[in-house]
Amino acid sequence: MKNQSPTSSTKRLVRKLFLAAVGMFGFGFALVPMYDVICDITGLNGKTSGRYTVAEAEPMVVSDREITVQFMAQNGAGMAWEFHPNDTQVKVHPGEVRIVSYRAKNPTDAVMIGQAIPSVAPNEAAQYFKKLECFCFAEQKLEPGEEVDMAIRFFVDENIPEKITKLTLSYSLFDVTDSSKSAQEVTAR
Amino acid sequence: MLSKAKLWLGLVVAALMTLSTNLQAAWELNMTQGVTQISRDTYDLHMQILWWCVAIGVVVFGAMLWSIINHRKSKGAVAATFHESTKIEIMWTVIPFIILILMAIPATRVLTEAYDSTESDLDIQVTGYQWRWEYRYMRGDASEEEVLFYSNLSTPSDQIDNSLPKGEHYLLEVDKPMVIPVNKKVRFLITSNDVLHAWWVPAFAVKKDAVPGFINEAWAIAEEPGIYRGQCAELCGIQHGFMPIVVHAVPQEEYDAWYAEQQQAAVAAREGANSVVTMSAALQQGEEIYSRTCIACHQTGGTGLPPAFPALAGSAVANGDVEANISLLVNGVPGTAMAAFGRQLSPVELSAIITYIRNSFGNNTGDLVQPADVTTILQEAQ
Amino acid sequence: MSAAHDDHHHGPAKGLSRWFYTTNHKDIGSLYLWFSFAMFLLGGTFAMVIRAELFQPGLQLVEPSFFNQMTTMHGLIMVFGAVMPAFVGLANWLIPMMIGAPDMALPRLNNWSFWLLPFAFLMLTSTLFMDAGAPNFGWTFYAPLSTTYAPETVTFFIFAVHIMGASSIMGSINIIATILNMRAPGMTLMKMPLFVWTWLITAYLLIAVMPVLAGVVTMMLFDVHFGTSFFSAAGGGDPILFQHVFWFFGHPEVYIMILPGFGIVSAIIPTFARKRLFGYDSMVYATASIAFLSFIVWAHHMFTVGMPIAGELFFMYATMLIAVPTGVKVFNWVATMFRGSMTFETPMLFAIAFVVLFTMGGFTGLMLAITPADFQYHDTYFVVAHFHYVLVPGSIFSIMAAAYYWLPKWTGHMYDERLGKLHFWMSFIGVNVLFFPQHFLGLAGMPRRVPDYALQFADFNWISSIGGFLFGASQLILLVVVIKCIKGGKKATAQVWEGAQGLEWTLESPAPYHTFTTPPDPKLIHDQ
Repeated sequence: MKNQSPTSSTKRLVRKLFLAAVGMFGFGFALVPMYDVICDITGLNGKTSGRYTVAEAEPMVVSDREITVQFMAQNGAGMAWEFHPNDTQVKVHPGEVRIVSYRAKNPTDAVMIGQAIPSVAPNEAAQYFKKLECFCFAEQKLEPGEEVDMAIRFFVDENIPEKITKLTLSYSLFDVTDSSKSAQEVTAR
Repeated sequence: MLSKAKLWLGLVVAALMTLSTNLQAAWELNMTQGVTQISRDTYDLHMQILWWCVAIGVVVFGAMLWSIINHRKSKGAVAATFHESTKIEIMWTVIPFIILILMAIPATRVLTEAYDSTESDLDIQVTGYQWRWEYRYMRGDASEEEVLFYSNLSTPSDQIDNSLPKGEHYLLEVDKPMVIPVNKKVRFLITSNDVLHAWWVPAFAVKKDAVPGFINEAWAIAEEPGIYRGQCAELCGIQHGFMPIVVHAVPQEEYDAWYAEQQQAAVAAREGANSVVTMSAALQQGEEIYSRTCIACHQTGGTGLPPAFPALAGSAVANGDVEANISLLVNGVPGTAMAAFGRQLSPVELSAIITYIRNSFGNNTGDLVQPADVTTILQEAQ
Repeated sequence: MSAAHDDHHHGPAKGLSRWFYTTNHKDIGSLYLWFSFAMFLLGGTFAMVIRAELFQPGLQLVEPSFFNQMTTMHGLIMVFGAVMPAFVGLANWLIPMMIGAPDMALPRLNNWSFWLLPFAFLMLTSTLFMDAGAPNFGWTFYAPLSTTYAPETVTFFIFAVHIMGASSIMGSINIIATILNMRAPGMTLMKMPLFVWTWLITAYLLIAVMPVLAGVVTMMLFDVHFGTSFFSAAGGGDPILFQHVFWFFGHPEVYIMILPGFGIVSAIIPTFARKRLFGYDSMVYATASIAFLSFIVWAHHMFTVGMPIAGELFFMYATMLIAVPTGVKVFNWVATMFRGSMTFETPMLFAIAFVVLFTMGGFTGLMLAITPADFQYHDTYFVVAHFHYVLVPGSIFSIMAAAYYWLPKWTGHMYDERLGKLHFWMSFIGVNVLFFPQHFLGLAGMPRRVPDYALQFADFNWISSIGGFLFGASQLILLVVVIKCIKGGKKATAQVWEGAQGLEWTLESPAPYHTFTTPPDPKLIHDQ
């Protein structure tokens, strides 16, 4: 019967449609890097762009504007470390490089690995907050009872919109002991 | 046919009318106007769009009803033959488009205002937990005493399981509300500890998702003193319906007094860590804390909801080593719903709750845990 | 009808194996329809549990944890088990007859598409009997509640979604191939009935977005079992990414569940108004523009996640635009009724209720598009009322209208008109008593997905539950009507309805097991 063996044009069409479906499956995954790029450009979610490598020239300091930078810290679920900023807020001129630090302490009796994720509010300020040095996304291992100061060297880009006078940098600290690359080393102890 | 429909409609209307006279509870029909400029603007926007919709509905359904009544076969109507009209079709594409533009203009204005979080007078960090809110007031200087507390549902579980009559603010009451000054721009920095939550206070027209790892902003200027209630608005697990939000807006002086009091209380709690408590005081305080912090998961009588939430009655932990028990409460159990309460509760509270658990629900260890024992565990590694 | 035929092409095989091995589009259509009706009753039972718990404030019947499982399973089963398979079933039955084709283009694939479904849903519902309980994270399964914090059964859920996704994709490929390659001579694209047109567009939507859904659950699978961090902030991922990918699937999915309904109503209203459909061309273009717009509005489900203002504005404007083509459709239906010669048999009643109540759902949709107002509506019962208005008296009424409209063609008998009308009026009243008060609940501040609520919400919840029980019970009438109609009743003519037009009405009733083995006379193909 005709309907039991598809014509060659049907076969071609079905092949194309099948490939389209496979392509869309791939597109779903392509949305992940696309999303990251869009976040970087727009500061969506308050994501700050990666570590900023300072250009040859020092950034220009705009001394007639002052911006308050607030620091915030919180722990992810099940993270037992004490974690807080050493300064709650600083006032900076756009372009001025400052160093602040957060303190983390492991009060438990196990070796643990933490990782801090930054976020900036308001979102649109994120792209103007430039970090020269920071502990974000880096794994930090602490022995039982060990304490550490973790520094951020940053400046606020002089192009930050006039209406923004205050921005908030937040770090969320997560326990990554189990999933970390150096986890085996920890459990081996 | 139509007469049958009328009969049914009549019955329903009559039923509804009897009902409304019988039940004298508040029949709230509409969105609150709230107490901020943005909430009033939002209400106006809502009403404006609603009236547009009603107007369009009257025209469209009116035309339809008229056709249904007049152009029926039983009345001898003969079908016309027209089936297109470019002129009319263009008209009913362009007119809705213009109406949409008229709607979009005020919407854009209100949205732009709502997004302007600059120049705030007070910043409060709001953190969602399964299933409570944490409020942390941002300080200007690290040497100031920090005001930080958790806000738990305070409705007794007896009301939820219907063994007691329900109170006026059933499910919309907390043990410790957020307090803010009126007529000040308060900025909320919203985040989460675990899953997604959403912080919603209808009277402020503020609803923002709390996302773990990221902060979101919202703000409000409450123009009238009062108590404003809201709820978590993003499914966050089993107790999603039981994590309300209560905000007290008070005059500035009252706020200042409250804030100073909180700072003193924080100092006192730290110092209380060295105090010695009695069994009866510990049991009483422990029961109180249990009923607002633990009961949601571990249930009345410590029966738990296995497997997610283990029973405390007869549990190996509550009847075993004291130090292990303290350590579990302080550090939580990673990968489960058991939070690390070391940060959430003071040493006095922790000692009380542990004493309570070890001497209730048939557990009978006789242990009296002192705040100092908890402090030792908290600082053990030093 | 078939007694002792040796040639199995002339009649169905006997016994149960007929249904397992069948490649006949009518058999498979019936399987899909029965399956979806069973799922409708199952999902409806879950809804009854939800409404019973919400009948009064306080916890009476179920634990919050089971309540969450009920809301999740209700949503998943109704969307993927009831509405989508019902439309595929209608497509199977009707598209070959409407375009003058002997069968679907790929009959064996068709059999497989269907038989995957019972296994997918068996897998999904079996979780209810497991210790960890069924999925409890809502049908939108937002991470990390559905990943890091999910019950173990999430893996069953993921594979069930994969399987039903594969079924949908294969079904869509089949439908597109049938429509594009199997049309009878003379059946040009612009002469196709609108049901065929809307399904063609729907099938393309399915091929575009079901793989994205498969992608998102695959990412979940990796996060849960293989230590990746697509959606976990701890490892540098982002929970909001989940929502973007999910709604990139989810919004077109919403239109997948309504476009074929537009096609059905566009067939029924002209029949009972005895007048050609007004603005056929604009109907086709409106459907295509709705499909296109569905890809650029997804983030309107996420106005409160904290997007930049530019994003909020873009998605608000794009969403509002959808009102234009949707409005055109509604105006066209009204214009079709205007100066017609109408009668009001059950299919027409459902179709008219569809136009009115779907439009009301459209109005609330427009309100929800207004971003600042959405901050107040989002995740409240106002949203629940909105999407139930477009899905129940929208999609589901259109499916019921279709069932009544084509039942005589399928069974050869007229259904019981009195019972049909009773079913309609009870459903119509039930659905409004059920969902209309939910608008008020949402505006007054009741969040969705809560097992208990504050006292000021008590009265409307009480009314809503009564409406729910009425609506739920009325659906059993449909079962009675269908069974009665299969067993017997007044013989149906080929034409069935005085004003019906299209190739399926040129076939005798019931439609023979094999139809259009030779293409129909081109003279039978009318302008639309």
